[in-house]
Amino acid sequence: MSNMTNQSGAKTSMLMRLVRMREFALIVIILALSVFMSFASPYFLTEGNLRAILLSFSTEGIVVVGMTILLIVGGIDLSVGSVMALTMAVAGKLFLVGLDPWVASLMGIGAAAMIGVVMSFFVTRVGLHYFIVSLAFLGIARGLTLVVTQGTPLSLFSLPPEFKFVGQGSLYGIPFVVILFFVIVGVADFLLRRATIFRRVYYVGSNEKAAEYSGIRVKRVKAGAIILCSTLAGLAGVIFMSRFGAAPPQFGVGMELNVIAAAVIGGAGLYGGQGSVLGAILGIALLSLVSSSLQLLDVPVFWQDGIKGGILLVAVTIDHIVHTRKA
Amino acid sequence: MLNDIVLQLTNIRKSYGAIHALKGVHFTLRRGEIHALAGENGAGKSTLMKIIDGIVQPDSGQIVLNGDARQFRSPLEAQRAGIGFVHQEIALCPQVSVAQNICMSRINTEGGFLVNYREVRQVARAAIEQLADIDVNTLVGDLSISNQQVVEIAKALTLDCQILILDEPTAALTDRETEALFAIMHRLKAQGMSIIFISHRMAEIFEHCDHVTVLRDGEYVMDTPVADTTPEDVVNALVGRQMTHLYPDKLTGDPTAGPVILRAEAVADEGRVRGVDLTLHKGEILGLAGLIGAGRSELVQTLCGLRRRTAGRVELNGAAIHPRDYADAIRSGLVYLSEDRKGEGVFLNMPIAQNVSALRLDKVTTPFGMLDRRAEMDQARTHGAELRLKAGSLRDDVSSLSGGNQQKVAIAKLLTANPAVMMLDEPTRGVDVGAKAEIHALLRDFAEQGVGIIVVSSELPEVIGLCDRVLVMAEGRISGELSGDQMTEENIMALASGLALTG
Ligand SMILES: Nc1ncnc2c1ncn2[C@@H]1O[C@H](COP(=O)(O)OP(=O)(O)OP(=O)(O)O)[C@@H](O)[C@H]1O
Ligand SMILES: [Mg+2]
Repeated sequence: MSNMTNQSGAKTSMLMRLVRMREFALIVIILALSVFMSFASPYFLTEGNLRAILLSFSTEGIVVVGMTILLIVGGIDLSVGSVMALTMAVAGKLFLVGLDPWVASLMGIGAAAMIGVVMSFFVTRVGLHYFIVSLAFLGIARGLTLVVTQGTPLSLFSLPPEFKFVGQGSLYGIPFVVILFFVIVGVADFLLRRATIFRRVYYVGSNEKAAEYSGIRVKRVKAGAIILCSTLAGLAGVIFMSRFGAAPPQFGVGMELNVIAAAVIGGAGLYGGQGSVLGAILGIALLSLVSSSLQLLDVPVFWQDGIKGGILLVAVTIDHIVHTRKA
Repeated sequence: MLNDIVLQLTNIRKSYGAIHALKGVHFTLRRGEIHALAGENGAGKSTLMKIIDGIVQPDSGQIVLNGDARQFRSPLEAQRAGIGFVHQEIALCPQVSVAQNICMSRINTEGGFLVNYREVRQVARAAIEQLADIDVNTLVGDLSISNQQVVEIAKALTLDCQILILDEPTAALTDRETEALFAIMHRLKAQGMSIIFISHRMAEIFEHCDHVTVLRDGEYVMDTPVADTTPEDVVNALVGRQMTHLYPDKLTGDPTAGPVILRAEAVADEGRVRGVDLTLHKGEILGLAGLIGAGRSELVQTLCGLRRRTAGRVELNGAAIHPRDYADAIRSGLVYLSEDRKGEGVFLNMPIAQNVSALRLDKVTTPFGMLDRRAEMDQARTHGAELRLKAGSLRDDVSSLSGGNQQKVAIAKLLTANPAVMMLDEPTRGVDVGAKAEIHALLRDFAEQGVGIIVVSSELPEVIGLCDRVLVMAEGRISGELSGDQMTEENIMALASGLALTG
């Protein structure tokens, strides 16, 4: 009577599962584009270019990690760009008034986390939607940044070399930023797949009510995701500060769109319950690869946003078709 | 006779990957009949209906509607051809009023740019009045499950259809609404409408239907006039073996003889539960009966920390407990099965194994806080087998399961907690006869092992057949207690409507 697991069925579906996986498709696309580019432009496969591409998305990629987790729980955060700028301003200012740069950075990240705490209060206690709350903080955090910096970029050339190393140094020829990025992504991806606390993120995103009726403290999970996202934005801010040796108040304007697009291309939905860090990182890698390819191919820079938008649309459409076919 | 047939399906096949949902099914519907479709969970009833309605496309087979071969590619096409469908799973817009939900397809298909809301409300009121007293201006999300089901049915009634498909409409209804529904069905039938009626309850089939078609494991078993068969024959046909007894044996002797596991005194919440005393004894299955809105679900939810308790005292095995929230209650051994499976019971787009582990993730967590996925699979396999879960793979999403099997996943989840007290709200809603008997037997086993069992049920035969003792609630209070021979439908109904018992 009970035919629990059909062996051969399980095997074929394993292969199907792999092929269906967003990560797989993205890797194929990235490889295909790379092969094409290596023929189209002699400069593409040079070390300098590959390093530039990696550098261009590794810091932003840290923000993508946080955003992905938040999207899985069913939320969204539009304030990441502003929070990043605020972190740079706070840390930069504290350094300029004489604090140790490491301590100043920690306090900057603390400020970012505080923004997350306040946002999570409005979302889980007051009951407002993530979109509205983070839209408000997109403005508030940017406003605070302008207040702290008085509207002019803080120049931080006096940062000590060991601090600048975070953003500018290299280990064995690999930029330290890139190493940091791979470590964070690796850990986050592993934890998201395997750690019990992150499984709860999927439960809440999949069905909030059912999560509550499974004894999961839904508000806590949501608040945790919001705060984590802000904190990672803060961390990215500190890295940028070290890399550029400056804290420009207009830094990161519009960044949230790129970050969200990357996560969505990587398989996170806007309805929660879906997404992976690996996918999202491949998403941002693809977007950066496309930008740099367009530059190498001498496509006018005005085209870039349109083309990226098109990629987003195609990715989401394919996903939608695959999912409705499955149901 | 031949042109009496409005719809004929021949040799319908449909597979989902390795699962053969339908393996050559026939179905014949005549004008002006109520045709029952019976079968266990996963037999393919809903799939067959979805094929008629154009939601699912068959792999092969023929569909003849009024003498013409047809195949609908969308529900809209089917609706235009006069087919109305009340789905098993409620599919309404929770943020929108009852009236607008009922008139959704009218608003959708009728020409014109502006919606006439006054007319919408009138039409909705006329449709829903026949079934129950529900204000058409309330938001659907604020209604109970049974009232949402009423809205679903009313929605189909506003369509001008020739064939009406009702997929387990009574599973979520109370007796009173069920009676109202049958009255309407008979009236529509007299007007010449053909109705396909899916139910797991033999009494309903034999009292109200003309024909019954039985499916088993995607195969066509039989199609006979109800007058020519018996409930036993139908049950045996759909289960595929002899079913001897439907309910497990009850406790012998006084159900309150065992020690008290759970005691509640003067428990109240913010308004729905108004001072309830209750004791649950080791070994017994305690039933909670009453009309919808009597506060049964609210009572058990208050006991296990899902609702705020404003007054009273709760003792578990002699010690007072104050669960801060449900997570807290689970840790002390109280678990709850929601009556709304799809909305609150399962994670539809997550794998079966991950659903089962949700309640006690700590049990499949390694000391380093990582998930032990092998343990997770093993656990799902064990409890799935216990409940005779029918699934392709435990890695498949719950949404791919039939309704009854989804319910088994929700119950399997509770089993992982090794609970001291299980409170089950409509535990066999939408579950087939065979599985229902299995779930009942399992509950009896648990009771014998010393787990306290409280069952909330609107199905009186279930309350009477399964429970050793029943508390009847009315308006947030216990209006009476029945056990032994006193547990009759009449007595329960009398207490439920707030009458005192006579004799
Ligand atoms: N979208 C789907 N993907 C995969 N399998 C499916 C899908 N829909 C249904 N099935 C499978 O097809 C079989 C028949 O399901 P169906 O929902 O028709 O059963 P049912 O007779 O309506 O059962 P119930 O009484 O539980 O409602 C089941 O084994 C189910 O798991
Ligand atoms: Mg069904």
